[in-house]
Amino acid sequence: MVEFTILLILLSMLLALISAAIGETVYDKILAVNIFGTITVLFIAVYGFVTGRPDFLDIALVYALISFVTTIAVLKFFEYGDMGKSSTDREQDIDI
Amino acid sequence: MLIILTSLWLLLSGHYTGLILSLGLISILLVSVLSIRMQLLDYEQPDSFRQTVYSIPYGFWLLKEIVKSNIDVSLRILNPALPIKPQLYNLKTSQRAELARVSHANSITLTPGTISIDVDDDSIEVHVLSQSGLEGLLDGEMDARITRVEDRSYG
Amino acid sequence: MNDPVYLIACCLLILGAVFVLIGLLGVFRMPDFFTRLHAASIIDSMGTLLIMLGLMLMSGINLITVKLFLILLFILITTPTAAHALAKSALHGKLKPKLGDDKS
Repeated sequence: MVEFTILLILLSMLLALISAAIGETVYDKILAVNIFGTITVLFIAVYGFVTGRPDFLDIALVYALISFVTTIAVLKFFEYGDMGKSSTDREQDIDI
Repeated sequence: MLIILTSLWLLLSGHYTGLILSLGLISILLVSVLSIRMQLLDYEQPDSFRQTVYSIPYGFWLLKEIVKSNIDVSLRILNPALPIKPQLYNLKTSQRAELARVSHANSITLTPGTISIDVDDDSIEVHVLSQSGLEGLLDGEMDARITRVEDRSYG
Repeated sequence: MNDPVYLIACCLLILGAVFVLIGLLGVFRMPDFFTRLHAASIIDSMGTLLIMLGLMLMSGINLITVKLFLILLFILITTPTAAHALAKSALHGKLKPKLGDDKS
């Protein structure tokens, strides 16, 4: 039964990748990658249970946090063109 | 904050040998020093413990709402005619503190069918998927509940 | 293996995976970006909630349950924030939402 769940989750990961590939705008693609990250967290957690190694949960926890930070960083990059520097950094950029 | 970090480390690691505990102590101190230096600590918090306790009933109510609207939106997706009617709506809110406003916006987004787009001082711009989602927002129960949690934890 | 708690946990897991699939179907069917966000929030809330509840029932009460609860809490706090940031920057990026598109 749990193996069936893993199959369903793998299918969803494939679908999320496809929707990332055919997304119309850049925001659709970011949304698809965000969904992919969430499903990956679920996959890691369930896979850890199937193989009897609950240590995988730590990896899932870290993956959830990193996936969130990645989404925010990519969004900032597309909105402002850089990774959100402070005003002093911007002034220093002119010299370089 | 030191207590929260220490209990988090003890819960997550599960190993209680000398080396691991000393590593934990070092990282707890490092995180504390860094967050004080970055001025992330927020001293306007009224009473975090009471706020947490009073938020628990709200959490259960929110879970019930999430399940209800999930079933609604899922049925709409599975319906071959795709009966959706997206619209923008400017929702008035009655929270004062920033934390309560952020909780309200996050609760709106967490409930499928409604997404908060822009948060101002006294209103939230909401994108709703269908008429029933908008009616759920308009009766103002979520707003009233968050304001009650806020009032009780400040009072 | 055949006790009722295990069976309920399995049902919750499969139901959660089905909700994830429904959300992805919604992502493919919805006409524009903002309505796709609604479909994605099904995956984040219902799929995660059901699968984590199923795993909690399967593990029983111990350290693992606390970790699962923490994962659930993190996901429930971070994904609305990400969705809100997406919607806001899409609106600033001159992407107008389609309004009043009643297909009934």
